[in-house]
Amino acid sequence: MSTLFKLTWVEIKLFIREPVTVIFTLALPIIFLFVMGGVFGNTPDADIYRGVGAMDYYMPSYFGLIMMAIGTVALPVHLAGYRERGVLRRFRASSFSVWSVLGSQLLVSFVIAIAGAILVTILGKAVYSPHWPINPGLLIVAFILGTVCFTCFGFFLGAVLPSTRSAQGVGMLLFFIMMILGGAGPPPEVMSTPMQIIGEATPLHWVIYMLQNPYLGFEWHTSASLITVGITVVSAGLAARFFRWE
Amino acid sequence: MSSIISVKNLRKTYGKTIAVDDISFEVAKGEIFGLLGPNGAGKTTTVECLQALRHPDSGDIHVLGLNAVNQGPELRRRIGSQLQESALPDRIKVWEALDLFASVATKAQDWRILLEQWGLAEKRKASFGSLSGGQKQRLFIALSLVNNPEVVFLDEMTTGLDPAARHVAWDLIRAVRDGGATVVLVTHFMDEAENLCDRVAIVDKGKIVALDSPQGLIASHATEVRVIFSTGETNLAWLKKVSGVKTMSQHGKRVVVAGNGPLLALVAAALVEHGIVPADLHSEQPNLEDVFLKMTGHSATE
Repeated sequence: MSTLFKLTWVEIKLFIREPVTVIFTLALPIIFLFVMGGVFGNTPDADIYRGVGAMDYYMPSYFGLIMMAIGTVALPVHLAGYRERGVLRRFRASSFSVWSVLGSQLLVSFVIAIAGAILVTILGKAVYSPHWPINPGLLIVAFILGTVCFTCFGFFLGAVLPSTRSAQGVGMLLFFIMMILGGAGPPPEVMSTPMQIIGEATPLHWVIYMLQNPYLGFEWHTSASLITVGITVVSAGLAARFFRWE
Repeated sequence: MSSIISVKNLRKTYGKTIAVDDISFEVAKGEIFGLLGPNGAGKTTTVECLQALRHPDSGDIHVLGLNAVNQGPELRRRIGSQLQESALPDRIKVWEALDLFASVATKAQDWRILLEQWGLAEKRKASFGSLSGGQKQRLFIALSLVNNPEVVFLDEMTTGLDPAARHVAWDLIRAVRDGGATVVLVTHFMDEAENLCDRVAIVDKGKIVALDSPQGLIASHATEVRVIFSTGETNLAWLKKVSGVKTMSQHGKRVVVAGNGPLLALVAAALVEHGIVPADLHSEQPNLEDVFLKMTGHSATE
């Protein structure tokens, strides 16, 4: 147990010391917050944004965006880099268990996602006054499911992508596709049908729906949560199947 | 002899390349055992199989009574491991790495002492990425010892260390052995094997070609003494007739006479008789390098 927490603490410090990752994971959603807020404000329009104000719509979306940035870029690049450079090999030779290595990453994902969500909430609230989550209890459930989902997705990418370079390439591609089409970009109502179809094929789309509904006071999105759990299970299974120490 | 490591008929191939070709040996408790050979001889593959980091194609490996093939996790908990190729995150600090690795161990030793011993106290707050090659190497050795291992595997541990640090490292490894641990050392440095190891296995092309104490290897395989001196005299053919001389070679002013017996005294007497009194006349006793050359037909650095 002490290894898990020590490793988690070290990993948090390593994350903070890596400015590029910090900016990518935490600053990017904040930049979007101000761009989207500046363009759309927060006045509800029945035709777009599920009929709610843009900022009310985006607050939970950006929670999902942070989770997605962890799962597509930060975590896969980190794991592939560890494998490529021999860090995992070093860990294994000193009998670190796979559970402490991956468990610490899961805990780090939670720390980053929570810190990012707090940051987005404070800044969004200060500038555009979106409302508070209407169903905080279920939002927390959705938040946990979403973070676990994208962490497992990151484990899967980190397990199958052989190098830092490939992880960066594939990760960035997935990041931008998901961000633009998956629900953190333009309102889904204005996108063409093919764009909507691609958007619905991304995990982010479902994680955002799952987060948005309790935030906005809509009914719990059962199918979105089931799809999220499904993605989690498949990703975790594939990660376990393909995970290599070296 | 209670053997703590027992290797029987170990074999490992990578595709068509035979890395380890039927190697067997035993290591006794408290020994410093060396695997000496050129790069690519199969030394690293052998010790990685011993640490359960690679699966052998065939053969039987027992370390501390544990089967390296199917008891890997338990085995790795009880050994220390300094790998030839590995790394830490660039931004991890020296003390953080030691503290973290100590937390994995069931009976860790105080990493602050290791920090002092291995000359890293001043670097405790430095990040791994900012360390020099030698400092990284010393950190890896310290990490391999932090779990108080019963067997330590050190793979080219003094690579990147300056001469002074190498001698310090040798003393510290002897101290680790004196503390009750068994040490398996992989090296291509002759002097390291000769100075540090109780027994040495010379490995070449995946096979052990000789195995004995360094002194034993020298005594049984390299008996030729060399007598070396400088002279301007070019006609030295008569030296070959001196009793015990086998070969004589001359490169410019430098002359090397090789043979058996009390060569130095006999050559000296013959030289004086011919009116040659070189100031630098000296003899070189055979060393492990000579054994290596004789057994493998090439030098370890080739």
